[in-house]
Amino acid sequence: MSPHDHDHDHDAAFALRTEALEALMTERGLVPPGAIEAIVRHYEQDVGPLNGARVVARAWADPAYRARLLADATGAIAELGFSGPQGEHMVAVENGPRVHNVVVCTLCSCYPWPVLGLPPSWYKDPAYRSRIVREPRRVLAEMGLALPEDVEIRVWDSSAEIRYLVLPERPAGTEGWDEARLVPLATRDAMIGVARAASPGDGDRA
Amino acid sequence: MPDRPLDTTGPVAPPRRNGELVFGAPWESRLFGLTMALHRAGVFRWDEFREHLIAAIGEWEREPGASAWRYYERWQVALERLLAAKKLCSPVDLDGRTRALAARPAGHDHR
Repeated sequence: MSPHDHDHDHDAAFALRTEALEALMTERGLVPPGAIEAIVRHYEQDVGPLNGARVVARAWADPAYRARLLADATGAIAELGFSGPQGEHMVAVENGPRVHNVVVCTLCSCYPWPVLGLPPSWYKDPAYRSRIVREPRRVLAEMGLALPEDVEIRVWDSSAEIRYLVLPERPAGTEGWDEARLVPLATRDAMIGVARAASPGDGDRA
Repeated sequence: MPDRPLDTTGPVAPPRRNGELVFGAPWESRLFGLTMALHRAGVFRWDEFREHLIAAIGEWEREPGASAWRYYERWQVALERLLAAKKLCSPVDLDGRTRALAARPAGHDHR
C-alpha cells in the first residue's frame, strides 16, 4: 500500500465517522435541517480576510477610525458590520517602524473569524504554534519577512477570549489613495503579522 | 444567514484569494458546520469545545510520531468527547453507526 493509499483510507475513516456523528445529531433533533450547509456556505463565501482588509484600509485612510480601532477594536470592527463567533473580544495591535506584531494561538487555533475567516493550515500547524513564540525573528524570516534587529517583535497569544488583528504599516507610495484602492494591499498574512502589507503594483496579486 | 453576494467592486476578489481553500476535504467542512450548528443550538459553550480541542491537540503533540498531523482529526476527537461527556452521543452509538455506514455497498456516494 502506498503512503497515498494509506492517507486516503485514513481520511475516509474520519469522513465516515463525521457522517455518522452528523446523522445521529440530526436524528436526535440537535441540528436543524439545512443548518450545516448554511454555516459552511457562510464561512466559505462570506467570511474571509476581505473583511479585515476593509477594516485596515479604513484605519489607514481615516485617522479618527484608526484611533477608535486601537481603543476599542470590537466596536470599530462592528461599525463596518463585522461581528460573530470568535470576534467578541477583538484587540488591534499596530505595527510601526520599531515594532512588529505577530499573532499565534499556542494551545489550539483561536483566530478572529469575523475579520479573517478561518485560519490557514500553517497557522494551526504545531511547528508554527510553538516556534513563533520561541524564535519569532527566525520564523518570520523563514516565512519571507526579514526584520532588522532593532525592530521589536511582539508575539500575541490568542489563548484566551481575546482575538488579535494586526494593523500593518501603510505601504509607501499610497499617499492620497482612497479606501477602496487600499483594500487589496491589506493581505491576510499582513493582518496575522507574518508579512508586510503589499506594495502598490503587487497589490492585485497579493 | 442571508445569501449575500460577494463584493466584487474594484480590484477586490473573494476572500479565498489569499491562496488557500478553507477546507481540505468535504468531511472537514461538514464537521466544522456540524460543530457550529450544535454550538448555535446551545448544546455547548465554545470554551467547553475549546478545552477538548486543546486536549486533543496536546495529545498529538506529546506523541507527534504516532500519526501524521491532521488538524480536523483533532477537531473530530474533541467533538466526540464533548458530546459523550454531555451524554448526547455515546462512543458505542457512534462506533455502531460508523460501522453501519462502512458496511454500505461499495461504490455508493459517501462523503
